[in-house]
Amino acid sequence: MHLTLEFGGGLELLCKSVKFHNVNVDLPKGADKLSMRDLLAWVRTNLIKERPEMFMKGESVRPGVLVLVNDCDWELSGQLDTTLEEKDVVVFISTLHGG
Amino acid sequence: MEADSKPKKSGARLCCVCNQNRAALKRPKTLEQGVFYAVFEEEIHQVILENQLFKPGERIAIGASGGKDSTVLAYVLSELNRRHNYGLDLFLLSVDEGITGYRDDSLETVKRNELQYGLPLKIVSYKDLYGWTMDEIVKMIGLKNNCTFCGVFRRQALDRGAALLKVDKVATGHNADDIAETVLLNILRGDIARLSRCTSIITGKDGPIPRCKPFKYTYEKEIVMYAYFKKLDYFSTECIYSPNAYRGFAREFIKDLERIRPRAILDIIKSGEDFRISTTTKMPEQGTCERCGYISSQKWCKACVLLEGLNRGLPKLGIGRNQGLNSDGKKDRKRDSRTPSIESKQCGSLEF
Repeated sequence: MHLTLEFGGGLELLCKSVKFHNVNVDLPKGADKLSMRDLLAWVRTNLIKERPEMFMKGESVRPGVLVLVNDCDWELSGQLDTTLEEKDVVVFISTLHGG
Repeated sequence: MEADSKPKKSGARLCCVCNQNRAALKRPKTLEQGVFYAVFEEEIHQVILENQLFKPGERIAIGASGGKDSTVLAYVLSELNRRHNYGLDLFLLSVDEGITGYRDDSLETVKRNELQYGLPLKIVSYKDLYGWTMDEIVKMIGLKNNCTFCGVFRRQALDRGAALLKVDKVATGHNADDIAETVLLNILRGDIARLSRCTSIITGKDGPIPRCKPFKYTYEKEIVMYAYFKKLDYFSTECIYSPNAYRGFAREFIKDLERIRPRAILDIIKSGEDFRISTTTKMPEQGTCERCGYISSQKWCKACVLLEGLNRGLPKLGIGRNQGLNSDGKKDRKRDSRTPSIESKQCGSLEF
């Protein structure tokens, strides 16, 4: 599944300072849908090159990281259970820095 | 308030205000982007009115670091000033602590903000005011208590800058999350004096230049969302010295709490506001520093004490009471990074 990922608020530093990633994510074995839960695991393995604890805590993102799916707060679409579709845009923004 | 929304097939909900467009943000209500801007801005406007933060004709310095809160504050204040005719003269005031790789980059952002928002900018630096950059200070004191020095110096630096600009007030971008963290920090450290002051939306009313926090009730999350949707230019990296700060623990806790019960942040602030101190508790009296005249509850204000420690040279790194050999025979590299005056203070009684 082709997706566009964006990392902001300092998170790009965990992905070698690359903010935008066009990725192709394989669906998990036996599944016909890709959930945010699956995507997060994929991102942690494939995109996060350092300090994964800055991005994730347990299964989900670290508290303080906002997630937008197609410019829409993921809390509206079920957070980890949000299902993704082809060409979706997912944005991760960290709020954990000075203001 | 209930979120009044109709679930669509793809799980997208409708904005509960206009009921037409797709919702982008979940707050106590569920909102579409354009509505979110309007609500966000209107709420700040109401906070400003209800708390009488400004008067027409006033000169206001906005404490600007180039970070998310101060950038959004500058943007929203200048917008509201225009829209609602506050009649304010707005300025950007920035403090250069001298932290390479952090402050020099964020100052570039403030300089861009100056152009983007058309607000005149003044930068004051630790080097000019105190003769020390934060980098130099950290080299001397080590990686502990950095925020103590920086916070104390920054507070004075803002006042000095504000005096140079001849402004009537300083507005800072402290948000609800910050204030909730401060309430917790003060409780954790038993700092009753600060606890009684830290939730005030206006502070220093008796002093030369009062300060206000228009974002006192605004969630950090919404500030970031606003900046993201509006594509505002801000700088977003953690200060290189902050990972060791005590505030980090309070922040982590607040973030975990927010996940479970978002209202907790406002509730903590409310608890801080309604805190009443027992009449038998001894509170420090506010006077002035003998050395510089700044407000202080001790003979010397904290900034003067810290500066004196720096200028006299602290027990040099690697030499001093804590230096010793551990069982490996290697030199013990534990450093005593506290000034003599901080060490002699009881926990919870630091004034800064």
